[in-house]
Amino acid sequence: MNNWITKTADELAQALAAGEVTSVELVQAHLDRIAAVDGNADAGLHAFLHVDAEGALAQAKASDERRAAGTPASYLDGVPIAVKDVLATQGVPTTCASKMLEGWIPPYDATVVAKIKAAGLPIIGKTNMDEFAMGSSTEHSAYGPTRNPWDQTRIPGGSGGGSAVAVAAYEAPLALGTDTGGSIRQPAAVTGSVGVKPTYGGISRYGLVAMANSLDQVGPVSRTVLDSALLHELVGGHDPLDSTSLTDEPTGFVEAAREGAKGDLTGLKVGVITELQGDGYQPGVMARFTESLELLKAAGAEIVEVSCPNFTHALAAYYLIMPCEVSSNLAKFDAMRYGLRVTPAGDPSAEDVMRASRAAGFGDEVKRRIIIGTYALSSGYYDAYYGQAQKVRTLIQADFAAAFEQADVLVSPTAPTTAFKLGEKLDDPVAMYLNDLATIPANLAGVPGISLPNGLADEDGLPSGFQIQAPAHSDARLYKVGAALEALLEKGWGAPLLSQAPEIEEVRA
Amino acid sequence: MSAAPVKLMSFEKVLENFDPAMGLEVHVELNSNTKMFCACPTEFGAEPNTQVCPVCLGLPGAMPVVNVKGVESAIRIGLALNCEIAEWCRFARKNYFYPDMPKNFQTSQYDEPIAFEGFMDVSIEGADGQPEIFRVEIERAHMEEDTGKSLHVGGATGRIQGADHSLVDYNRAGIPLIEIVTKPIIGAGERAPEIARAFVGQLRDLIVALGVSDARMDQGSIRADVNLSLAPKGETKLGTRSETKNVNSLRSVERAVRYEMQRHGAILTAGGSILQETRHWHEDTGVTTSGREKSDADDYRYFPEPDLVPVAPSREWVEELRATLPENPTVKRNRLQIEWGFSDMEMRDTIGAGAFGLVEQTVAEGCAPQAARKWWLGELARRSNEDGVEISELGITPADVAKIQSLVEAKTINDKLARKVIEGMLAGEGTPEEVIEKRGLAVVSDEGALSAAVDKAIEANPGVADKIRDGKVAAAGALIGAVMKEMGGQADAGRVRELIIEKLS
Ligand SMILES: [Zn+2]
Repeated sequence: MNNWITKTADELAQALAAGEVTSVELVQAHLDRIAAVDGNADAGLHAFLHVDAEGALAQAKASDERRAAGTPASYLDGVPIAVKDVLATQGVPTTCASKMLEGWIPPYDATVVAKIKAAGLPIIGKTNMDEFAMGSSTEHSAYGPTRNPWDQTRIPGGSGGGSAVAVAAYEAPLALGTDTGGSIRQPAAVTGSVGVKPTYGGISRYGLVAMANSLDQVGPVSRTVLDSALLHELVGGHDPLDSTSLTDEPTGFVEAAREGAKGDLTGLKVGVITELQGDGYQPGVMARFTESLELLKAAGAEIVEVSCPNFTHALAAYYLIMPCEVSSNLAKFDAMRYGLRVTPAGDPSAEDVMRASRAAGFGDEVKRRIIIGTYALSSGYYDAYYGQAQKVRTLIQADFAAAFEQADVLVSPTAPTTAFKLGEKLDDPVAMYLNDLATIPANLAGVPGISLPNGLADEDGLPSGFQIQAPAHSDARLYKVGAALEALLEKGWGAPLLSQAPEIEEVRA
Repeated sequence: MSAAPVKLMSFEKVLENFDPAMGLEVHVELNSNTKMFCACPTEFGAEPNTQVCPVCLGLPGAMPVVNVKGVESAIRIGLALNCEIAEWCRFARKNYFYPDMPKNFQTSQYDEPIAFEGFMDVSIEGADGQPEIFRVEIERAHMEEDTGKSLHVGGATGRIQGADHSLVDYNRAGIPLIEIVTKPIIGAGERAPEIARAFVGQLRDLIVALGVSDARMDQGSIRADVNLSLAPKGETKLGTRSETKNVNSLRSVERAVRYEMQRHGAILTAGGSILQETRHWHEDTGVTTSGREKSDADDYRYFPEPDLVPVAPSREWVEELRATLPENPTVKRNRLQIEWGFSDMEMRDTIGAGAFGLVEQTVAEGCAPQAARKWWLGELARRSNEDGVEISELGITPADVAKIQSLVEAKTINDKLARKVIEGMLAGEGTPEEVIEKRGLAVVSDEGALSAAVDKAIEANPGVADKIRDGKVAAAGALIGAVMKEMGGQADAGRVRELIIEKLS
């Protein structure tokens, strides 16, 4: 294994600055790793749907020229990155892991993509995901599932399984994901990586193919808390093309992470959410969670128990609001202007073409959500479903507000269990939805959350995740507390958690 | 598709048995330089799909951003219609399928319009010939975006039937629209068609005064939907309504109301029931035909547009905009009637001919008010009737009329020649000066030529000349006529008269 690929983004940035390595070498090392382990739908990790070797090498070359001229575009100039396939990339296929968008090449870049390009990060490829970001296991990708590098018979989490695996398996040091109900944090938890869902609006959504606009959030995926902070600072901030994006300056995250890494949390009040532990939580996950609390306490934090009684309704509210927005967002996929078109035999009408294309182009989970959303918004049901769900959303926001009166940050396990087996919950959507129990409230309330690896469950030796949530606009607090816990954990382990992961067998697609 | 002939009831008979209720929905396309939710230009008549971007094409991932100018125009229209302006409102998604709507939902406003609860005082001619005010209450004025436009190719009619393929032009998709919706207009009786026309006309005047739209009905920048229902006389419950879409001239608004009243009347009297449906107006034949039947399937599944932040116009801004409102057209009319010295009847005729704004602009160009009125209501009104076009769309501008009048006053031409100038201008021969030049229409002011022509007339009419010599100056008219004939009408009649009297006294 080329030792460059196991380095963090921060280490790579330093090496590039010191002239120890070139961006072209870094990109090539990662392309080699992808070629060796990523495989395809049948074998290997299958974290990538599309690898843009040519584009990434060209960007790397340009980056090296900037370095040589002494004019790097940013601290991370030259560090490769992978991008979830739900973000529009000009000239590079963007499919949302759906047959519906097979072959679609956007004529424009998502704002985050434009920002990482401007900052000089070569985009190595587009990562696998659940179709249109709907799912918690990346098994709903129309192009085949992504596999968990810790155990390839298991799911990598979803919907951003591809981004999490790319980072966890050393195929890319950084990735961009999107989190609507936990799609960054939950895969991070089950793959031993770090994932951040910023405050709603903290990063532009322009160019993110919407699943549920009021919940969607772009965020970083990395192997360390500091790396996420570096990426967050780079892509955050207001975007005139997204009027819901915040005007907050994306600063102070890196500083907070560096400060936190010193391991001192004196005076910090940590709230443990009563409702996000106990029933349904795997014992090994709870054991690691309890140990992490002890570490925080040892670092000077005060632990308090806080109750968020309405969190028990969060899942139900989420599974109404999200499909309502889905049903509207996906109506544009009518086979008329881009993507798939299936023309039935005979003399089909436009409606026949649409019907056939949608039948062939959308997977079961997508169809399920479109139908639920269409029903819930229809006249006569709107108040009973969408209206009620919005009320619950308000109550959850109130729960957060009350909890943040008592604590600076709120913590819980990120996901109730470690990674389950591929196929295990495919026929039981509700069981699958339960995986996002702990992550969904943050999306409903718009508050930020981070997941970082906090050990391996005793039962199965698989990673578990620790979630930290902060009030809206207080993302820096996540980086401080996260980096502190990370430093304390790694002191115990003697190395990053990922170094305990099994060697990945080479498949070469 | 040919519709079976529809039986109509006479208008008088309808009124004997029914009370009409009317609702008008007027779409105004704003003259903003950019679209409602993106920065694309909005120029009319551009090559198809040259004014589009990911946002107005509804490409995956694209997001809308509200055009502040559009909000400003909506507020100004709302204020001019005496509406309340919402302190906080949102856009909603109106989800439905339409072939030329790229997102398959329209970004509009649903239960939170920017402006609501207003009114407009519509001036119509009362029974005694005096102006009468009819108050039309405004339910709301809200912001939305226009759709694209389909072009059906290969058929004979340009309609979808018989076409072998269809093309879509998205240039219009996303152009800002304001929809103004009245409350049901009841108690109008026989005046309903006239009130409908007057409302739309007055609204158009207001829009023009506000400068927020080109207000060209022929280009679709103002389109009216006419909802109509009849209730048996004395009944207060509203009947089932039909909605006639996209009526695009003032005359058609009036005719469509009248037609629908007669159609409903016939159906109801025959024991039938009215279908709640949309209908299409046919300008050429003056009838409506059935469009889409409205049913429970019309479920727009509205919900707040999550990609747009709410619109919360500050009260300071609203008051600033209120201060910039132009004078209310009704108030302005009264003021100008006094300034111009028009009689009530002259004023009413001017408004009735749709020439009020034209007279105003002509006066602003330096023309005397009575002269301006004379041209617009005389020769130009006659021409517009003959050609079947709105007087404002004849192709002669207020500046042209002012110029013509100034040429008359300078005695370059006389009234008769001026009519020929207008004829030439309508034929596309250019400016008044150019027409005069091309047609050689200038009055002959060459004293020698005039004097010779007068001598000739005196010689040819010795009897008349004697009468004038005897002091009967009134008889000069006959000689003037003869001179004018001789000179092809291109003589200054006043000067001719002077010459005759000089020579015969
Ligand atoms: Zn556009």
